[in-house]
Amino acid sequence: MTPNTPIFPQGASTYSTEVDILFYVYLGLAAFFTVAIFGLVTVFAVKYRRKKATDVGVEPQGHATVIEVTWTVLPLILMLGAAIWGLKIYVQQLTPPPNAKEYYVVGKQWMWKIEHPDGRREINELHVPKGEDIKLKMTSEDVIHSFFIPAFRIKVDAVPGRYNTMWFNAAKTGTYHLFCAEYCGVDHARMIGRVVVMEPHEYQEWLSGTKVRAATATGEELFVAKACNTCHRPDSSARAPILNGIFGKEVALLGGKTIVADDEYIRESILNPGAKVVSGYQPIMPTFKGQLSEEEIIQLIKYVRSLSPGADKGVPKTASLAFSSSAEAHP
Amino acid sequence: MTSQHESAPALPEKHYLSGAWSPQDWLLTKDHKRIGILYLVGISIFFALGGLMAVLIRMELATPSGDLMPADVYNRVFTMHGVLMVFFFLIPSIPAVLGNFLLPIMIGAKDLAFPKINLLSWYIYMIGGAMTFYGLLVGGIDTGWTFYTPLSSGYATGPVLTVAVGVFIAGFSSILTGLNFIVTIHRMRAPGLTWFRLPLFVWGHYATSIIQILGTPVVAITILLVGAERLFHIGVFDPKIGGDPILFQHLFWFYSHPAVYIMILPSMGVVSEIIAAFSRKKVFGYKFVAFASIGIAVLGFLVWGHHMFTSGQSLYAGAVFSFITMLVAVPSAIKVFNWTATLYKGAIAWDTPLLYALGFIGLFTIGGLTGVMLGTLGFDLHVHDTYFVVAHFHYVMVGGAILGFLGGLHYWWPKITGKLYNEFWSKISAGIIFIGFNLTFFPQFILGYLGMPRRYHSYPEEFQVLNILSSAGASILGIGFVIPVIYLLASLANKRYAGNNPWGAVGLEWQIPSPPPTENFETPPVVTDEPYTYPQPDEKEAPVGV
Repeated sequence: MTPNTPIFPQGASTYSTEVDILFYVYLGLAAFFTVAIFGLVTVFAVKYRRKKATDVGVEPQGHATVIEVTWTVLPLILMLGAAIWGLKIYVQQLTPPPNAKEYYVVGKQWMWKIEHPDGRREINELHVPKGEDIKLKMTSEDVIHSFFIPAFRIKVDAVPGRYNTMWFNAAKTGTYHLFCAEYCGVDHARMIGRVVVMEPHEYQEWLSGTKVRAATATGEELFVAKACNTCHRPDSSARAPILNGIFGKEVALLGGKTIVADDEYIRESILNPGAKVVSGYQPIMPTFKGQLSEEEIIQLIKYVRSLSPGADKGVPKTASLAFSSSAEAHP
Repeated sequence: MTSQHESAPALPEKHYLSGAWSPQDWLLTKDHKRIGILYLVGISIFFALGGLMAVLIRMELATPSGDLMPADVYNRVFTMHGVLMVFFFLIPSIPAVLGNFLLPIMIGAKDLAFPKINLLSWYIYMIGGAMTFYGLLVGGIDTGWTFYTPLSSGYATGPVLTVAVGVFIAGFSSILTGLNFIVTIHRMRAPGLTWFRLPLFVWGHYATSIIQILGTPVVAITILLVGAERLFHIGVFDPKIGGDPILFQHLFWFYSHPAVYIMILPSMGVVSEIIAAFSRKKVFGYKFVAFASIGIAVLGFLVWGHHMFTSGQSLYAGAVFSFITMLVAVPSAIKVFNWTATLYKGAIAWDTPLLYALGFIGLFTIGGLTGVMLGTLGFDLHVHDTYFVVAHFHYVMVGGAILGFLGGLHYWWPKITGKLYNEFWSKISAGIIFIGFNLTFFPQFILGYLGMPRRYHSYPEEFQVLNILSSAGASILGIGFVIPVIYLLASLANKRYAGNNPWGAVGLEWQIPSPPPTENFETPPVVTDEPYTYPQPDEKEAPVGV
């Protein structure tokens, strides 16, 4: 962080450059139109200044349809072009690479809780390796927050009740601002932190700095503590679906529909088990609403994932072109 | 300035201000002109209060640390700034004051279609304002003017319901005014006053009224739902009890995006009038400008999702909202180009109203262009919820709506009061406002692109220089807003009478005495021409002016 006053922000991801190029083109166009309008208005106001109190303006002759159509269509074409350009960048941000490393983020008044793929946790700090695709999956424990990294030119809202995703590939090592951008109550302005981009080997050293429990250890403990394992168990007399190997696969539901067992579906099944019951089972599972924090739900999801080795590689297709398709289908 | 070859103007013997002045003659008046004055008093109070909040905000932000007031207080201050300015100043400002006063006169009518409802709408507005003010007195609320859930419905403290109900009530005032205007424009136009002979001020108000009637009920319902969730824990917006917080944003912006057009369309109408009067020309492309107002009103209802690009809205929804946002920018651009073309070969007088109108064109252009940027998906992900947005909407709302209001107030002040104000001070203050405004808000574009989020009580040190510039600009802007209060009030005491038509403008309102008589027209006028028809030199027989 430089203490002097910058005019343009530092850019530190592959994506930030693309946003900046769009911005510079916009800046040029905006400057052109602003100067043109200001200039014409000033020139006319000076040149045609009223000489005598009785002067009147000179009305143009004939119709001006050609002029009107020109200055209707020309800006429209320019703006639609810019919109398409912006859409292209947006699609890129909404489509994380399939092998991106997955981090979880939970916002709560007034802090960011972050969990690395290996289970290490941080508060208000995010350490990431340079040059790797990083995907953040985020939600909120209470009100809406927004995870904003200006140096990467992205923000995504952490919305309670759904998972939104953001991804980036940091291009420069360094320390960057992390802000909450969505007003979230008293200490909104203090819900800030930093993103530290490290060389990959430094990141590995940093990771091994302290001993970390296995990523799924807490989830497994919870699975037992909440007695999930009394029904979800891998034997023939189970009263609930076997979870081994299920993640990322399509499952058949009561009523004939199917759904991909992804993060959102597992979350929904924990909190609202009656909503989409797997075909062949009774809707007997109790809800765990109010009994688990968002972080605990994430631990459980990670544990269920760990029961399907290899499933993490393929991101479920349904979630690829929307922030979170299933949360939207059942608000 | 006056082109009339007559003896020095004097006040008419009888006019709407010369009647009885007991409290009930004002508080129970059905005269649209007096009701307009009542509204002017109301909005001035709320503008002063909202402005005071702005002063506190800029003082706090002069230093990076939150040292002037606690975070909790700061959040209440910016919330009240937004609530008061949006719902109790900007939305009613031009329609309820200038529209109320001028719309019937411009169409040659005696009054609005429903004078009693017009008075009722003022009372509703004042009751809503009083409730909100009470909420402010007992501690204020910290939800932000956007009332986002679940913060507002489950977490925010303070009299949230009181303020929300105040806004809810004031909404009905807006609906009734819109209803009154639409019926009046349809039913009470003078003989010969066809739709395409209407002044563009009237077109602007017609478009505004459509939005007021169709949009306001939605925000009213939304506020009720927030209240139901706060009071009875009915799960509508809070996911903990089965609701969806994004649903609130859809409902809120379905009204509140069109609401920015409620604030800007009347202002555009004012600018059209001023440009025509001070270049003594027809507005170039009159029909395009008129239909642009309607186009904005219709398309404005279809762009609300551009406030939610970062919320998790689907790609397809985002793309559609982004493209329609580009479409709604086109009619605004058409207006700017046509105003500029109107100046070409005009007979331009640099009076104060024109200075405001030219300021509007320039600042609204910047506000509009940055709006187009914000409507661009990939770009918005960076600047959404930063000071870039704050700067953008202040360019539209202050640079646009308020400059339009001030321009209109200066243009019609001689008509409303019968008096001329001090030209020197009015030009000075127009200049001060223009400079102060740009110094306040231009640095905020840079702050936003650098990444400073909005609604921050404290901020990292590298943003301080730009924030100091902004605070310095705000103090200049504040002075610029105080000076007009002084010289306008002073003008009431002097004896510089305006006469019927101090600007030598055409239009029905300039054919009647200043101040107008209670019944507006002694004999109903008959309209035979398009608006803004100034006799061209070759056909000129009589001097300009009536």
